[in-house]
Amino acid sequence: MPPLTHLLALGGMLFSLGVFGVLTRRNAIGILMAIELMLNGVNINLIAFARYVWANSALGQVFVIFIITVAAVEAAVGLALIISIFRTRGTVNADEVDLLKW
Amino acid sequence: MNSAFLIPLFPLLAFGLILLFGRRAPGQGAYLAVGGITASCLLSFWALATILAGGSRSLREYSWIVTSTTTIKVGITLDPLAAVMLVVVSLVSALIFIYSIGYMHGDPRYPLFFAYLSLFAASMLGLVLMNNLLAFYLCWELVGLCSYFLIGFWFERPPAARAAKKAFLVTRLGDTAMLFGILYLIFQAGTAELPVVFDKIHAGLIPQSALTVIALLLFCGAMGKSAQFPLHIWLPDAMEGPTPVSALIHAATMVAAGVYLVARCFPIFESSAVALQTVAYIGAFTAFFAATIAVVTNDIKRVLAYSTISQLGYMMMALGLGGYSAAMFHLSTHAIFKALLFMAAGSVIHGCGAQDIMQMGGLRSKMPVTSLVFLIGGLALAGIPPLAGFFSKDEILLKAVETDKIAAVLGFAAALLTAFYMARTYILAFLGEPRSEFHAHESPRVMTVPMAILAVLAVVVGFLGFPQARGTWFHHFLEPAGPPVVHRWLPALAVMSASVVLAGASILLGAAFYHWRTLSVENFRRRFRYLYLAMKNKWWIDEAWNLILVRPAFLVQGALAFFDLKVVDGLVNLVGLVTIALTYIGRVFDLLVVDGLVNLVGWITKQAGATGRYLQTGVVQNYLLFVFLGALLLFLFALR
Repeated sequence: MPPLTHLLALGGMLFSLGVFGVLTRRNAIGILMAIELMLNGVNINLIAFARYVWANSALGQVFVIFIITVAAVEAAVGLALIISIFRTRGTVNADEVDLLKW
Repeated sequence: MNSAFLIPLFPLLAFGLILLFGRRAPGQGAYLAVGGITASCLLSFWALATILAGGSRSLREYSWIVTSTTTIKVGITLDPLAAVMLVVVSLVSALIFIYSIGYMHGDPRYPLFFAYLSLFAASMLGLVLMNNLLAFYLCWELVGLCSYFLIGFWFERPPAARAAKKAFLVTRLGDTAMLFGILYLIFQAGTAELPVVFDKIHAGLIPQSALTVIALLLFCGAMGKSAQFPLHIWLPDAMEGPTPVSALIHAATMVAAGVYLVARCFPIFESSAVALQTVAYIGAFTAFFAATIAVVTNDIKRVLAYSTISQLGYMMMALGLGGYSAAMFHLSTHAIFKALLFMAAGSVIHGCGAQDIMQMGGLRSKMPVTSLVFLIGGLALAGIPPLAGFFSKDEILLKAVETDKIAAVLGFAAALLTAFYMARTYILAFLGEPRSEFHAHESPRVMTVPMAILAVLAVVVGFLGFPQARGTWFHHFLEPAGPPVVHRWLPALAVMSASVVLAGASILLGAAFYHWRTLSVENFRRRFRYLYLAMKNKWWIDEAWNLILVRPAFLVQGALAFFDLKVVDGLVNLVGLVTIALTYIGRVFDLLVVDGLVNLVGWITKQAGATGRYLQTGVVQNYLLFVFLGALLLFLFALR
């Protein structure tokens, strides 16, 4: 079995990639995908802790199931929002939706 | 008697009540006044009776001003002198008050007149009774104040207002000197209470030079009040006041206060031959001087005014020559017939509406009672026996003949002129043909009855001074301890005959000029042109005072006014300008500094906003970036 830190590093890397993607992607769907990445990174973190620290408990894994579910729901909602924005604004580029600009 | 202090209080009470109630008072105030003075009159007679029955000096003392070091007392002295004065003042006042009911009828300020009269009566009676010179001075000034009010009673007339002012100022001149006299006396004697002062004088504790100065200063006050030369100028002008005022104040009572002062302070005067001489000569001169002016005066009241000045001169002359009781006797008789004459003059004015005798004539048939009483008064004044004036004037002339030749000459000359001008006045006013159109009518009974009473008194009172071997009854009454007056019968008879003959001759002369027209007035005026001019112009005394005192006073006033306007007002304005300049500085400060700070705060806020708004890009990813950076910072801090 690989040491815990490797798995945590993996989770962290995925999370960082997700953060980077959220902050820099122009396309709104790209942002959503980056958010999924962040969530998955968190999931891996949780699983790692569940397998290596709380080996007797299924709590970590249950938590991850919840997160996956919520992520799915959230992706659905987010896509619905993006479609709505596209219908009103005609674009899905995040930097073109700047009505609250000064 | 212990209740002499009530005598001045009744009229004072009347004064207060009339002021409070005014028109709602009984008789619009007249009955209150008459009631007050009548009560005083009755009390005065009772006081006189007490004195006659043998109760002599009665004294009552009150502590007036009490300090830690001294107590100033004021007291009431009731001796024969005071008793005589009280009776004269209150009786004549009572009759004039009644007369005023008729004379002032219909006047818009009728109650106020009686209020003033009552205040005057109270002050005069108080003056008679006070034996502390300071309290006496207080009453003296009060009397002068009432004179001012009453002369200027019809103040809407500018001459009346001017006359009141003149009277007050001229008497003030004398009163100031008198005040210095009183103060010097207090300095010398330690007190102003007359009994103590007289004791000290008799003990020789006060130097004679001081007494002379004091006497002369006191006499200055008497000169002002009793209209002696040269302070006589106010009395003729005072005739602007209503005739009852002239009768009461300027004939019978107030002007007699000066004589009373000298009589009351006689021990002071007695110690100084210089003072007595001065009093005598000023009196004699005034007697003659005023008579000369009366001869050419046409206003009926002014004739009587100059006559009053002249007769007061007689009284002063008598006092100066040592004839204390002669002076007081003449004061009493003069009060009676002068008041009578003034009331008759008032009756004439009331009936005809005119005052110039040149416009009158033939009033005898239209105003018989007035005419008769005026005749009686005039004969009394001229000194025709057996009327009162003869006896009193003769006492004085006799004294003058015995002591001082110059005074005697002046006295006889004045008597001559007196008879002449009274004859002239009576003839021109009452006899002959009317020279103007007026429907003259006799005055109502409320005016004629007091006149009649006085006329009777004028006939009768003289006998109180009937010459006897060792002095008259009046003399004994006033000076029981004085030296016996021994008149040698020959000089006495000579003087009496001479005065009667002179008076009779003067009256005939007057008739020759004015009634039978055998002598011509025009010729006289032409031949003695300068003399006539001098007399007509009142010997230019008013003009002299104008030059000496009035013009300089106005110059000083001009200078002071200039100072006040230029210097004082200039300073005040300067302060104002400086204040305005300072406010300018404040305004600049307020605009620049204060407003600047306020604007600065606003500007900073605006700049901050202007800069900070760029954070709001509207791009959500930027906001997320800040969130991420903030979270990063928090982690870093948590790890420290």
